[in-house]
Amino acid sequence: MLAFLLRRAALVVPTFFGVTLLAFSLIHLIPGDPVENLSGERGMDPERRLRLLHQFGLDKSLPAQYFDYIRQLLGGDLGTSLTTHEPVLREFLTLFPATIELAFFALLLSVIVGLPAGILAAVKRNTVADYAVMGVSLTGYSMPIFWWALLLILFFSVQLGWTPVSGRISVEYDVPALSGFMLIDALRFGEPGAFRSAASHLVLPSIVLGTIPLAVIARMTRSSMLEVLREDYVRTARAKGMPRSQVILVHALRNALIPVITVIGLQVGLLLSGAILTETIFSWPGVGNWLIHGVQSRDYPVVQGGILLIAAIVITVNLIVDLLYGVINPRIRHG
Amino acid sequence: MASALPGTLPDAPTVPGPLEEFWRAYAQNRGALIGLAVVVILIALALTANVVAPYSPNEQYREFTLTPPMWSEGGSAKFILGTDPVGRDILSRLIYGTRLSLLIGFISVTISLLLGVTLGLIAGFFRGLTEIAIMRFMDVMLALPSLLLAIAVVAILGPGLVNAMYAIAIVLLPHYVRLARAAVIAEAGKEYVASSRIAGAGTLRLMFATILPNCAAPLIVQATLGFSTAILDAAALGFLGLGAQPPTPEWGSMLASALEFIQRAPWVVTLPGLAILITVLAFNLMGDGLRDALDPKLKR
Repeated sequence: MLAFLLRRAALVVPTFFGVTLLAFSLIHLIPGDPVENLSGERGMDPERRLRLLHQFGLDKSLPAQYFDYIRQLLGGDLGTSLTTHEPVLREFLTLFPATIELAFFALLLSVIVGLPAGILAAVKRNTVADYAVMGVSLTGYSMPIFWWALLLILFFSVQLGWTPVSGRISVEYDVPALSGFMLIDALRFGEPGAFRSAASHLVLPSIVLGTIPLAVIARMTRSSMLEVLREDYVRTARAKGMPRSQVILVHALRNALIPVITVIGLQVGLLLSGAILTETIFSWPGVGNWLIHGVQSRDYPVVQGGILLIAAIVITVNLIVDLLYGVINPRIRHG
Repeated sequence: MASALPGTLPDAPTVPGPLEEFWRAYAQNRGALIGLAVVVILIALALTANVVAPYSPNEQYREFTLTPPMWSEGGSAKFILGTDPVGRDILSRLIYGTRLSLLIGFISVTISLLLGVTLGLIAGFFRGLTEIAIMRFMDVMLALPSLLLAIAVVAILGPGLVNAMYAIAIVLLPHYVRLARAAVIAEAGKEYVASSRIAGAGTLRLMFATILPNCAAPLIVQATLGFSTAILDAAALGFLGLGAQPPTPEWGSMLASALEFIQRAPWVVTLPGLAILITVLAFNLMGDGLRDALDPKLKR
């Protein structure tokens, strides 16, 4: 078991170095060096330019620069934002809880709705229910979520006035950010309206971000369930007179869930991709929104650091899913 | 039935050719047929955009700004789907947008497929260090969420339609590399490859002429699904202002440039989005149908 865990974890190391190499080369591939970008339109006298290049360590050889970069990374230094002059890591950590909060509820929604829908479609195969679930999930899977977000805002926020259009909480509540998770902070804040406001701000963004994962989970659950329902042991369970619902929910589902759990774990990348769009539309102050602003304002340390951190998170989560999978399914462990 | 002359045999049942067999399997899936029909219509629209579209996509009719679609109040039959904030005909822009979206899909999938298959064949054929280097690099690319990778590439190349295509081609790449490599490894040990090698086939011939055609099915399916990813990602980049730039009638950027009018004139936002959804859905239906028809494991 330990050998399996170590082997899998060791596989991640080169990937992670690859990501640092990618993030490092990003800055060097972008036209113009950072000093040139600093100098603006008026240009800079060559002497000052050389001094700045030396100050930033840009006059060293590329491998030397890369080792400097890695040394900085290991020391937790991801550079400083060109626009806010804040350390990139600190900005990321301040904003990340907002993204986690949003992604968590999106994933929760997609599992709560997607799992039963997939089971229903498999059990009622080739009926109207199956076609409906599959049709809706294929549509969800094909959805341009930025447009879906706008439709929901038009209907629920503008027409019905049920949900707020943007932000994390109504401006009248000045909730201090203790944990960074608005729901928890609002609850601690004590005012009953604050929590309700924070919750209502979460509804539409969670639906939007959860749409594609929901569709993926429903489709995966259905096909995995169909496969398991054909197995002999399921027939045996039925033959010995066990109620159908118990066979489906206890015997079949347990095995059908193994691939579904993997798929749920793999949604993290999708959620972070989707968060970029969702946060932009709902002015949600998370890392996706921050990254897009970084790209638009050519704040390269932010882009570089953000990409590195997000990739690191995806790699780590995928590793955890991989390990869990091995724990659940011994065949993988010994394969 | 025409009466058969005594002494002649009835026609032997014809064995369907591979194409016919494929078509039979494909046509069983109604969704796949609908998807195919929509894709054919979209291709026809894209090819004939300059004939079919009632107006030029960039012509501004200043006296008709924000005219609603013809079926709603205040609409006119002159502009069937209404006009945008500067008085351009939305129907015409959508039709020209079809051309762009299909082109984006076609070019990015083609680049990605050619490059990906070549890399995958090399990795699967030569194994060893080459394989490790290629596959590790693909792992790095897969560690980045797709839209983020596309944004990173656009950050390097600069925003724009062509750069968005390159970015999407890069995003799609790892899937083709992995598929091609896996297929090659599965095929390379088979007897027909060995006999071809003994017959004197060179490495390139073995790779491209002998092995590749036998791994075509998963690649075709992936390429079809790649179209929908490409169109969605291109629209998302356009929406974020990193893809096609106005006044290009690309659906995502059309949608983004009309955002401020969403309450007053919802059609300027809803219609381009609907076009994206229909196109992506059609390609996904087609991809699902192709997978079921081409994958012998799923055949009943």
